[in-house]
Amino acid sequence: MAQKTYAGITIDVNEEGYFTNPSQWTREIALEVAKELGITLTDQHYAILEFLRNRHNSGEALSIRSINHSGIIDVKTFYQLFPGAPLKKATKIAGIPKPASCI
Amino acid sequence: MDQKFPIKKVNIICAKGAIEDVYATLVMGNGAVMEGIETNLFFTFFGLDAIVKSRMDKLHTGVVGNPALRLPGGLRMPTLLGIIPGMESFTSWMMKGEMAKLDIPPVSEFLDLITAGGGKIYACKLAMDMFKFKKEDLSEHVSGILTVGEFYEHAAGEGSQIIFT
Repeated sequence: MAQKTYAGITIDVNEEGYFTNPSQWTREIALEVAKELGITLTDQHYAILEFLRNRHNSGEALSIRSINHSGIIDVKTFYQLFPGAPLKKATKIAGIPKPASCI
Repeated sequence: MDQKFPIKKVNIICAKGAIEDVYATLVMGNGAVMEGIETNLFFTFFGLDAIVKSRMDKLHTGVVGNPALRLPGGLRMPTLLGIIPGMESFTSWMMKGEMAKLDIPPVSEFLDLITAGGGKIYACKLAMDMFKFKKEDLSEHVSGILTVGEFYEHAAGEGSQIIFT
């Protein structure tokens, strides 16, 4: 299993860089993962990361549509916060698996 | 995976208006937007129903001449059953129910998601003229009405693909 060091802590990741153990995640680690992806985290970013983590922990599937139901931001803002591939980037920063959904 | 030649742009043409035709386009289009791929969707002929406001959320699936259509339980649906009044509406309602369970949104909301991510929706000029549609009939998500030549201009570029669903 691959490992990476963020904020001085060694994290277990898969070959694509996604956390294999979401409990290793901290806000400081997220900051460094985001920096790697060229994103500077704000409170709004953190709010949506928490939403994604909670949703993952409760076993619910992640889709782009679920962001609209988050009550935090709409999908358009989500695309602006995590430009390019938002769900893939956001889940990587949130320390949870890459979504397996097609929507 | 070939990282040297990524798909940078997809241009998807939808010429049919049944649920499965339209959703093939929308799912592939939305998926491309989610991957950060530049996305153009081009609706023509019966596919226009997907972007005509009064029709987009009332699409049906064909129950006659559809040999892959099966009844709940897996038996083939006899073609003759398809001609029973209401069968097409019922089947379409069932399809939409199954899709909703998978968190697949209605067409109008799908267009919302695609355009929120920067995807562009276009209508075909020739088909608009043929079906006597006006710009006002179309969803506000439609960026423009294009001729074939304009479509190819929009589709141009390295790493660009044209997909006919």
